[in-house]
Amino acid sequence: MSETFIMIPGRTNKQGTSLNVGKDSAEYQEETGLVQISPEDMERLSINEGDVVRLSNETGIIEIPCRKAKKDELQEGLLFMAYGPMSSQLMAGDTHGTGMPTSKGFDVDLEIV
Amino acid sequence: MSKELKVVSNATCTFCGCVCDDMELTVEDNRITKAKNACVLGKAWFLNHDAEERPEALIEGKPASFEEGVERAGRILADAKYPIIYGLSDTTSEAQRVAVAIADRVGGCIDTTTSVCHGPSGLAFQGVGEVTSSLGEVKNRADLVIFWGCNPAESHPRHFTKYSIMPKGMFVPNGRKDRTVVLVDVRKTKSAAAADIFLQIKPKRDFEVLWALRALVKGVKLDASIEQTTGISLEQMEELAERMKSCKFGVIFFGMGLTMTRGKHLNTAACLSLARDLNRFTRFTAKPMRGHGNVTGADNVVAWQTGYQFGIHFGRGYPRFNPGEWTTVDLLSRGETDAAMFIATDPASNFPQAARNHMNEIPVICLDPKNSMTAQIATVAFTTATYGINTPGTVYRMDDIPIPLRPALETPHRSDQEILEAILERVKELQRGLAATA
Repeated sequence: MSETFIMIPGRTNKQGTSLNVGKDSAEYQEETGLVQISPEDMERLSINEGDVVRLSNETGIIEIPCRKAKKDELQEGLLFMAYGPMSSQLMAGDTHGTGMPTSKGFDVDLEIV
Repeated sequence: MSKELKVVSNATCTFCGCVCDDMELTVEDNRITKAKNACVLGKAWFLNHDAEERPEALIEGKPASFEEGVERAGRILADAKYPIIYGLSDTTSEAQRVAVAIADRVGGCIDTTTSVCHGPSGLAFQGVGEVTSSLGEVKNRADLVIFWGCNPAESHPRHFTKYSIMPKGMFVPNGRKDRTVVLVDVRKTKSAAAADIFLQIKPKRDFEVLWALRALVKGVKLDASIEQTTGISLEQMEELAERMKSCKFGVIFFGMGLTMTRGKHLNTAACLSLARDLNRFTRFTAKPMRGHGNVTGADNVVAWQTGYQFGIHFGRGYPRFNPGEWTTVDLLSRGETDAAMFIATDPASNFPQAARNHMNEIPVICLDPKNSMTAQIATVAFTTATYGINTPGTVYRMDDIPIPLRPALETPHRSDQEILEAILERVKELQRGLAATA
C-alpha cells in the first residue's frame, strides 16, 4: 500500500561540507541518501528510523532509508531530502516553459519495502 | 624541519553567494590549514582543496595532453549543429565572457545554472522590475528582515551575522535589537531559531500568501477562511502586512522555496510585486538569495554581452532568449542538443534523469577542478584550477557587487579562462579552415 507525500529536496550544512570532500565520499552519499519523515507520519505508518522505503512517481523510483525529522520541522505529509543524485532521480525533465524543473514540492508515492 | 608559512589576508570565499571577502587564510606547504572568519561551509571549501593529482586532460577516460584536449574540444564544438554551453556559476567573470564568445562563435546556446536556481526570478524581474538595494544598505538600514523560502542557517551561514540580522548599522545602531526578523517557509528549518516570527505555510501556497499580503497592504478586506488555503491565520497575515507598512526599511530575501516550486516565476513575481507595492508606504526591497559563488556574475556577464541572463541561442547570428527552449534541462531532456560543454558544474549529478540520459548520448566537454560525475562521463575532461583558491579574477556577490579574488595556493592546473581561450582560438582556426576549403 502506498501513500502520496510532498517531497521537498533542499540544502543542508552537511551536504555542503561533504560536497567539498567529494561526491563519492561516504559522508556525501549518506547525507544525500536519506529521506526525512515527520515523527507523526513515522508513528502512523509504523516506520522506524533506518527502515528502507520506496519513493516513486512518474519520473523514477528510489529505495532509501528514513530518518526521523526533528519535532515540528516537517508538517505531516511532507518529506525532506538533501539535494543530490538520489533526489534528482525523482525530478521530471519538464520545465513548463521556464527552464526550471519542478525541484521542490512535487508528489511522490511512499511505500514501505 | 620548518614549514613554509604564508598568511593571505582579505581573501574571498566563493563557496556561496555571500562571497565573504574577509578571510584570513594560513597556508603551510601549499595547503590551507586555517581559514579564519570562514563559516562551516567556507572552512570545508578552503581546507579540502588540495591540488588534484589528475592529468590536465582526459579524453574518453584516458590521460591526454592539454593540447590534445583542446583539439578534441575545439572539433566537438566546431562540428556541432546545436551545442549547449552551460554552467559558469563557479568560475570567474573573466572566464564567463570567454564562454559567451565561444557560444557566439559556434552559433550555439549559452545557459547558466541560473536557469535551475533563480531563472524564474530573472523572468519575474523582466515582468515586474526589481526594487533593489545592496547588502550594505540592508546592514545599515533594515529594521524588518523577512526570509521567504530560504534557509540561510544552512546554505548561507554568515548572511545573518555579516549582512542581515546581527550587524550594527548606521540607522540600526543596536543591531539585532533594532530588527524584527520573520521567516516564512513550509519547513521549520534551522533558520527558524534566528527569527522572531516563524510562519509555517502550507506547501505550494507561497503565491496565495504573497497575493493575500498584497491585498492586505492595499487595504482590501479578506475572509478568515483564507487560513484553509494558506495554513496561517488572517490575523497573522494582517499583523505581518502592518509590520511591513510601518517599518522604516524592509527587505524580503527569497530563495528556492519560491523558484523551484509550482508557480515558479509567478511566485517570485508576487514577491517582487509586494515589495514594489510597499514603497507607497515605506522603503522596501526584495533580494534573491543566490547560491553559488559567482552565479550573480554569470547573470551580469551574460546579460551585458547578450542582453539576456540565461537560455540564449546564437543560431541566427544574434542572441535570442527563450527559457523552456534554450535552457539546458529542456535541450537535454528533449534530446535536442548534439554536443555540450559544462563549465564548473555537475549536471550529471543533479539534473533530471531524462537530461542525464541524453548526456550519455552526445559528446561532452567538462571543465572542473574535481573528478565530478560529469567529468567521469565526459568525452574531454579538463582538470582546472579552483577560482578564488588558485586563480585571481572577479566575482559578483549576490547583491551584484563585484569583488576581487585573492588566491592562496599555486596549482599545476590551468584556469577555466585559459582553457576556454585556447578552445576559442582552436574553434576559430577550424572554422577558418572549413571556410577556406568550402
